Amino acid sequence: MSRAFSPGLQVHSSYLVQKRRELPIRGEILVQQGQRVEGDQIVARAKVDGELRIVRVSDELGIAPAELAQSLTVAQGDTVQQGAVLAEMRGLWGLFRSTVSAPISGTIEFISLSTGHIGLRAAAQPLNLTAYIAGTVSAIEAERAVVIETQATFVQGIFGVGGERLGIIHLMAVKEDGIVDVQHVPNDTQGLILVGGCSPTLAALTKAAAGGAVGFITGSIDGATLSAYLGYDIGIALTGDEDISMTVIVTEGFGSVAISRRVLDALRQVDGMSASINGATQVRAGAQRPEIIAPAASVAQHDRCAASNGLVVGARVRLIRVPYFGATGTVEQLPHELEQIESGAMARVLRARLEGGAIVTVPRANVELL
Amino acid sequence: MEPQLLRTVLVTDCGSTTTKALLFERKEDRWHQTFRGEAPTTVEAPVADVTVGALNAFSEVEELSGRNILQEGLELPFIITEGDLTKGIDLYLSTSSAGGGLQMLVAGVVSTITTESAERAALGAGAIVMEAISADDGRQDFERIERIRHLKPDIVLVTGGVDGGSTRHVVEMAETLVAAAPRPRFGDTLKLPVIYAGNAAAAEEVRQILAKIAQVVVVDNVRPQLERELLGPAREAIHEFFLSHVMSHSPGYGKLMSWSSVPIMPTPAAVGDIVQSYAQRTAQSVLCVDIGGATTDLFSVFPNREGTSTFNRTVSANLGMSYSIANVLVEAGISQIKRWLPFEFTDTELADRLRNKMIRPTSIPQTIEELWIEQAVCREALRLSLAHHRSLAIGLEGRRERGISDIFRQSSERYELVDLMKLDIVIGSGGVLSHAPSRMQAALMMIDGFGLEGVTQLAVDSIFMMPHLGVFASVHPEAAYEVFENDCLVQLGCAVVPVFPSKLKRIERLAEIFLDGILLGSINRNEVTRFLTPSSGEGSLKVVPLHRSIDIGAGFGQILERRVVFGECGVIVDGRNRPLRPEALGVGAQERVLKNLGLKG
Repeated sequence: MSRAFSPGLQVHSSYLVQKRRELPIRGEILVQQGQRVEGDQIVARAKVDGELRIVRVSDELGIAPAELAQSLTVAQGDTVQQGAVLAEMRGLWGLFRSTVSAPISGTIEFISLSTGHIGLRAAAQPLNLTAYIAGTVSAIEAERAVVIETQATFVQGIFGVGGERLGIIHLMAVKEDGIVDVQHVPNDTQGLILVGGCSPTLAALTKAAAGGAVGFITGSIDGATLSAYLGYDIGIALTGDEDISMTVIVTEGFGSVAISRRVLDALRQVDGMSASINGATQVRAGAQRPEIIAPAASVAQHDRCAASNGLVVGARVRLIRVPYFGATGTVEQLPHELEQIESGAMARVLRARLEGGAIVTVPRANVELL
Repeated sequence: MEPQLLRTVLVTDCGSTTTKALLFERKEDRWHQTFRGEAPTTVEAPVADVTVGALNAFSEVEELSGRNILQEGLELPFIITEGDLTKGIDLYLSTSSAGGGLQMLVAGVVSTITTESAERAALGAGAIVMEAISADDGRQDFERIERIRHLKPDIVLVTGGVDGGSTRHVVEMAETLVAAAPRPRFGDTLKLPVIYAGNAAAAEEVRQILAKIAQVVVVDNVRPQLERELLGPAREAIHEFFLSHVMSHSPGYGKLMSWSSVPIMPTPAAVGDIVQSYAQRTAQSVLCVDIGGATTDLFSVFPNREGTSTFNRTVSANLGMSYSIANVLVEAGISQIKRWLPFEFTDTELADRLRNKMIRPTSIPQTIEELWIEQAVCREALRLSLAHHRSLAIGLEGRRERGISDIFRQSSERYELVDLMKLDIVIGSGGVLSHAPSRMQAALMMIDGFGLEGVTQLAVDSIFMMPHLGVFASVHPEAAYEVFENDCLVQLGCAVVPVFPSKLKRIERLAEIFLDGILLGSINRNEVTRFLTPSSGEGSLKVVPLHRSIDIGAGFGQILERRVVFGECGVIVDGRNRPLRPEALGVGAQERVLKNLGLKG
């Protein structure tokens, strides 16, 4: 393939972000086109089927499933209140009456004489969808979705855990390549999205989360620390549903790589401002990366069309694999023919001048455009 | 058009990441695979139309071949001809695993009986089994419901009970499903496709219970009797739902299907067909692996106790070389990966390198050290996926009716089909094997990963052509098979691995090996080396064990003689015994192996 390189992660100080917020099933849209919304505002709602509770009636009455018909006091389609009698059985001469009651209020969905079970469906539950980002409703798809638009600082991470959170950006007093430890984490982190450094210690993460931080954005993380924070190892880059109170986003990768200056510069502009973050990562089809969106109305410049020219001579790139992992440089040459690399494989390569001046040859698959 | 009149056939495989188009042409001597084009698959925003990627791949084929294939402004994007040797194509075919392939949920009553048969039916039809639930899986109802609720399967297969047996448990399973109410992955207005292939007496009640959430199709029971498995009807129903519900609702597939008169096949089903065809034609037992970025598929054909052969396929959904590489680490453990490395490495550094590959899956090893790491992971992925395959590739003893006296003999009726001593050929496919810088590396990964025993031919798929040939074989089996043997299969040579009791001491020379009557040398204990042969052709191999407790594949102490196909790796001999013991591995041992095989200076 001619385009065997990674497009790179987005880092914009000012970007027209559009977020499509979609209900999983058809429902009701609660906002109008052009309306201003806040991140935590409910913009759409749907009703999802209530829980179906299986009531093992014949087991409870101690009868064969086929005998259930004689004991029923309800019929399919009936609506019952919690505690209502579903079936009853009287013993000898009408004594020793046994009953089975509805554990929840709902509708009788089925009665099975094979299993002796009754299926009781609870009332439908509302499902609320929030705007996630503060902005303006730019489009509406009836019963289905809304699009929220905002001018914002927009940064993508390479990997994250934890879902959508709203908080305040707070830059920690730590160097770009400094390991984040407890002393760098403020004592009061309530509602904060902490930013900076790299390779945080478990103690730092724990302190931040315990203090009420909703986000932690850093250059890199040691895999063992992440496993300890989550309580288990991550094997597949399909995240976002973790049961954690603080979303963690890394911008460079695993190990100990400094947070990039571009990311830090972009987030410094919105230090102290509200932001929406999401650690959800899906590397496979659809490639979803974690994101930090900080709406910044004061910045007027749009760079929505900041499309790259692709991998051309002069393009700025980051090298994403050993032996140059984390280095940045400029493309000097794009040889057309395949070349043999150190591993012995034939690969399409490029030559890049690194920031220190050295010229290196790397597979094109191992660079990201900046 | 009659298959015999075909001259030019274009076939695509729309994979999760790339769409690969291959051109097959009938030349004067035989059918050839001539040109190949590749483009990113387009099933996700911003280009959610699979035909865009397919057209890009066609364009590359057109450009490389110089043949005028495409046309604009008409219903079909290519020129359809009837045997024209200069332009157009005679037929277009496709397979697909885009969007993660066909994803299924299977349910049964007893995990080792009906659920297992349901799994085999789904896997054989080319599906990934997202979850298998059973009445006896040790979970509470609410746990099963919670699990199912998070899945979005394309199709559900419900089985349970033998015909004439109790209906209660399978109806309970239907109740669990309706309580969980899983939603289909595609088409939010569609009802979930459910295939019922359980006890016939429960079919109507299951249909009624599931009617609210599903479109139910009833087919013959996959397990009409305990000793009898009937997978065909369920597999056919899966294929029909795959086309009518999954493919037709995937982005752009309606158009793609209209381009061909032959139904689109799930990629693994096509591979399975060509593997079965090869095994049947050559009367060999075959193990074929396709190790991808996210999953590892294994296909096998082994003799059963009824005197025929049984085909099996398994998918290890989270064992792969990029997206799932860190999961191999989680499942195997770091020490298992490190034992294959010829150099020292810290656990932390190794684990973080693998995690970095996971999050940047398209990057490739640049240094030799990085290459060894990925190849070490490959060995573990092969080992784990074979263990998974063994657990499902199960034979059922006989077709006799069960009597009262048999009722407690259930366990003796199941037996493992996979017997590495009886394996004739292993075929490797997937980037890490097909595109290894050296064929010897590919051969060694398969020997180590699968723990091969006895004498086994080794081969790789040259450019992952098997899906294309599988669907091509549905139209013109002779042509597909001709290309498979000549252009697809790259013969590497063979492996010879004696097996003996570990307590056998003081024996250093294990066997002598002869080719066409000439002594090549001996197989020494704990040594891996190779004997050169011509790189093509065939010869007669004779292996003479030097102790009565050594088995080469003909039985303990027995001489083995067989024809072997030559390849560029020659005859690789491995005296490390099986199972591989820790002292046979590790840095020093691996260094020696690699040096002996010319893989390390």
